[in-house]
Amino acid sequence: METYRLLDPDGTLRDDPAAEHVDAELCRALYRDMVLARRLDSEAYNLQRQGELGLWLQCLGQEAAQVGSIRAIRDDDQVFPSYRDHAAAMCRGITAEALLAQWRGVRQSGWDPAEHHFGIYTLVLAAQLLHAVGYAMGVARDGTDEIVLTYFGDGSSSEGEANEAFNWAATVHAPVLFFCQNNQWAISTPTSAQFGAPLHRRAEGFGLAAQLVDGNDVLAVRAATQRAAEAVRRGEGPALIEATTYRMAGHSTSDDPTRYRSEAELDHWRTLDPIDRLRRLLEREQWTDEAFVADLDAEADALGTEVRRVCRALPDPDPAAMFAHVLPTGSPTVDHQREAYAAYSASFEED
Amino acid sequence: MPTTLSRAVNEALHHALATDPSVLVMGQDVGGLGGVFRVTDGLQKDFGPDRVIDTPIAEAGIVGTAIGLAMRGYRPVCEIQFDGFVYPAFNQITSQLAKIHARSGGRITVPVVVRIPVSGGIGAVEHHSESNEAYFAHTAGLRVVAAATPQDAHWMLRQAIASDDPVIFFEPKCRYWSRGEVAADADLPLDAARTVRPGSDLTLLTWGSMVETCLAAARAAEEEGHDLEVVDLRSLSPVDVDALTAAVARTGRAVVVHEAPTFGGLGGEIAATLAERCFDRLEAPVLRVGGFDVPYPAARLESHYRPDLDRVLDAVDRSLAY
Repeated sequence: METYRLLDPDGTLRDDPAAEHVDAELCRALYRDMVLARRLDSEAYNLQRQGELGLWLQCLGQEAAQVGSIRAIRDDDQVFPSYRDHAAAMCRGITAEALLAQWRGVRQSGWDPAEHHFGIYTLVLAAQLLHAVGYAMGVARDGTDEIVLTYFGDGSSSEGEANEAFNWAATVHAPVLFFCQNNQWAISTPTSAQFGAPLHRRAEGFGLAAQLVDGNDVLAVRAATQRAAEAVRRGEGPALIEATTYRMAGHSTSDDPTRYRSEAELDHWRTLDPIDRLRRLLEREQWTDEAFVADLDAEADALGTEVRRVCRALPDPDPAAMFAHVLPTGSPTVDHQREAYAAYSASFEED
Repeated sequence: MPTTLSRAVNEALHHALATDPSVLVMGQDVGGLGGVFRVTDGLQKDFGPDRVIDTPIAEAGIVGTAIGLAMRGYRPVCEIQFDGFVYPAFNQITSQLAKIHARSGGRITVPVVVRIPVSGGIGAVEHHSESNEAYFAHTAGLRVVAAATPQDAHWMLRQAIASDDPVIFFEPKCRYWSRGEVAADADLPLDAARTVRPGSDLTLLTWGSMVETCLAAARAAEEEGHDLEVVDLRSLSPVDVDALTAAVARTGRAVVVHEAPTFGGLGGEIAATLAERCFDRLEAPVLRVGGFDVPYPAARLESHYRPDLDRVLDAVDRSLAY
């Protein structure tokens, strides 16, 4: 299958029917989303290095795959993310404070999935794909016209649960769109050691409508996702998009990617950077001007300041918080332990 | 009219499907076949294939999609065909079903019931006779219950389906064909232990498939002049610790009987809890009678593996002689 692309790395728009819908307003909006996401990502990385976050998993390099896809679906389409989907989360109005809370270690998740139609992060790979399929079964039962989109990576696609989800979705004709950000590396394992046949080919075997798209081309991602989403919404059955992208940073702030990949490989992918690519189009078409650049710079700086402020202001949780929400109807065992620990803690205050 | 435990479960599912449109039954072969134990017999005929769903053979998929359906507002009741088939779903149960309410800060509630025919006694092949309740009781965020009688199978299942908690619901498969009355109402909450036989000399603490064994042991002991109490835990997490402690404090002696392997089993947890709560009332150490710490054996050996009346009485004698 040929990779679908609308925008070449030099900023040239290809001759494609979807290119006719590309205009200044769209490109500026997508550019803004990506620039702000990259700023939050780099601020969070720095905060981890300063000891303010326990861990951070960068989305650096994957902004187009995330922004292009989430901007192609409706705001009420439920999304089941993995854990590196910060750019997509920001597009759903999730705040820096909500995004950072988990990684600072003050909560296990930061936002209301119902409010944002965006699930909490899932760190055990591929578990969320089955949740997405089940949720989509519910949507179909309800007879409404939302679809469900779920993000996962090349590594996740090897999990049994991913393959159960593909098969299950096709079997029950669930309105779900599987979106794989194939960023080439699962920590230190390259895709060559991850699957024998490309994921988009495997998807066809499951009975999913599959597309392969240049994941660093935000316009192609958006167009491909729109096509897939509308087909799913029309009831044509589940679909899968494999977006080819690259994880420019380590797997996490604890990773050392120099141990397993070369600088030359990074240099190659730098030439394919999604933000640079769209900026070249903006400049080529004269869809940008000094005011746009200055305003976006200022907005990004303000976001950076905000990220640092809210991160440091996130308070350590009360110890009682760990005893909350264990069982919705409560547990005497947990109640007893909470009370006993509170009394134990209070005994030090009395001394 | 006494009904079988299997029928009592069926009627509980029927009632839930009939009264709550958000309830779904899903699992392998639960539709037209009625399940391998026929527990779901006739449900698909009455409620249709969209509410009584034959699923692919994918246990993680059954529980994982049930979680997604629950997030959408449904109340799925999953059937895992046999105890030994639940392990492919272990990740979805322990990392997702059990934890997602806490992980989401209470924002997500997943009222899923996972029904599991459990334990041995039917001469089955390997992986069809396991007593694996301890894995789930050890996992915070799950309500784990075991029904031993038609009354409890019916009413505890209705309570489990109505509960917002995720519930692991164990049905002792060797008791599916046993008969008993099902009352017009529930007589206990889901998390309460039941004194099934009062007694003053020693308390047998048990659940599921072993309740009947313990009752038989108590009847046999009576002939020898010993008055044994039998308490059915019913709820394996949380455990009704107050009821257990009160019972054992009264009799001063306790034997925990379960079919699961003894090491790391719930019996150890209960013995430790009783030692902490009523050490000064104990006349003897709390003893355990359980399965051996071996893989569940071939069917012709299961009568040696499973605790029976004589092994229970042997422990009773040791406790009384202490």
